[in-house]
Amino acid sequence: MPAQSIWTLLSWGPDGWSDDIASGVLVTVLLALATLPIGLVIGFFVAFAKQHEEPSLRLAANIYTTVFRGLPELVTLFLFFFGMPLLLQYVVRLFNPDATIDVNSFIAGMIVLSLIFSSYASEVFLSAFRAIPKGQYEGGYAVGLAKWQTMRLIILPQLIRIAFPGLENCWLSLLKDTSLVSVVNLAETLRQSGVAARVTKHAFLFYSVAALIFLALAILSSIASGYILRHLGRRAAR
Amino acid sequence: MSISQAIVDKPPPLARGWPRARIVGYALVGVWILFGLGIVAYLIYAWNPEFFARYAPAYLQGLGTTLSLVSISMVLGAIFSLPVAYGRMSRNRILSGLAYCYVYFFRGTPLLVQTYLVYYGVGSFRPQLESVGLWWFFREAFYCGVFAFSLNTAAYQAEILRGAIESVPRGQWEGAASLGLHRLQTLRKIILPQAIIVALRPYGNELILMIKASAIVAIITVYDLMGNAKLAYAKSFDIQAYIWVAIVYLVMVEILRHGVEWIERRITVHLHR
Repeated sequence: MPAQSIWTLLSWGPDGWSDDIASGVLVTVLLALATLPIGLVIGFFVAFAKQHEEPSLRLAANIYTTVFRGLPELVTLFLFFFGMPLLLQYVVRLFNPDATIDVNSFIAGMIVLSLIFSSYASEVFLSAFRAIPKGQYEGGYAVGLAKWQTMRLIILPQLIRIAFPGLENCWLSLLKDTSLVSVVNLAETLRQSGVAARVTKHAFLFYSVAALIFLALAILSSIASGYILRHLGRRAAR
Repeated sequence: MSISQAIVDKPPPLARGWPRARIVGYALVGVWILFGLGIVAYLIYAWNPEFFARYAPAYLQGLGTTLSLVSISMVLGAIFSLPVAYGRMSRNRILSGLAYCYVYFFRGTPLLVQTYLVYYGVGSFRPQLESVGLWWFFREAFYCGVFAFSLNTAAYQAEILRGAIESVPRGQWEGAASLGLHRLQTLRKIILPQAIIVALRPYGNELILMIKASAIVAIITVYDLMGNAKLAYAKSFDIQAYIWVAIVYLVMVEILRHGVEWIERRITVHLHR
């Protein structure tokens, strides 16, 4: 019979674990939010390169997605987490012989998740690019806009609207993938729940809590994206 | 698709000389080539026959574990996805609600959490499991992995199946019914052959996702491909442990991807003109 009731374990404060898990949730959300803009920008440029008429650009972009969609997320994470310090150390030692490098697991997680997120997002952007008729570009050029102006003023607004549902899926898998960073000791939701589970021996309880938190984050994202989609749709109607 | 191919314009001739896009493109390809050469050079430089002799058999064994884990889970998941897909398409509110919750839970939470929930969570009910005689199953990390992966992939496969079956127009069911075919006969002879074409690519993607996801069983102490790489790295502190494993996964995924594309081309021959 456990000494404490589950309500004590789940309370906020020194006896309970809610505050620890909440700090983990904060890290999870921060990690996902920090990854999102980087991944979106890289993904957009990769998709742009993939539909470019220049074959070498297409080749470079295709290698990028083949590699980062083909490698398991965990392998990419470990390669970066253990490989990056070696590489950096090698470079830094050329200048400063007794420097040591440690990679922060948040930064490593952010880099790896950006790489993965961007390679999936680039596929979404690519199909959105293909859904925009060529006449939109030609119309832009015909009214005298430069290439980048056409892209920014005419193509991008349509692209975002078309790509949004696909990007939402990418965001949901990004949220789930943040849990993998727990294995390189980032104190996010799953890690904090795992600590609680080990200390209190209530593994089922705390891992269920972690699952419910991820579920809640997914539901919140759906609500938020529904709101954004309505907003985008209203702008389209005008 | 064939119609759109017919009216597509001939691509414009490539620009001559060195436009900016070409410079950037060559530079990026050059970076990739350097990167690839760097890895090859590193592997040659770090070539260690002892490392290879010691861990190559373990990797091979790990590959076997990975493949058996994925194939068992895929088959069990496929079997279990049938009732779930049936529930999702059912008009019965309770049945479809239950199936929806199942799918939502397994698609909305990380596979790592699900695996922990089975391995550590269910494992903490040891006395109860022993009394019903199921402890031998949940004691083994491999079986826990198979259990979690099967439930997870069943949710995804149920959605694939549902999407594929619903993509076949209603008229196909009605036509078969007017010919006097039984519902099961209709499903087998009319609906499934058309649904398979739609479902093949998502099934292939699911298989690839499962192979990639199977690396996480290494965290619950299963010695699959990734588990052996972790062990090799922990013993030797040699980063090539992970480089080799990355190459193996990449080759596996690429073979599968091209295989699925080949099959898709074969079974859609009648759709191309």
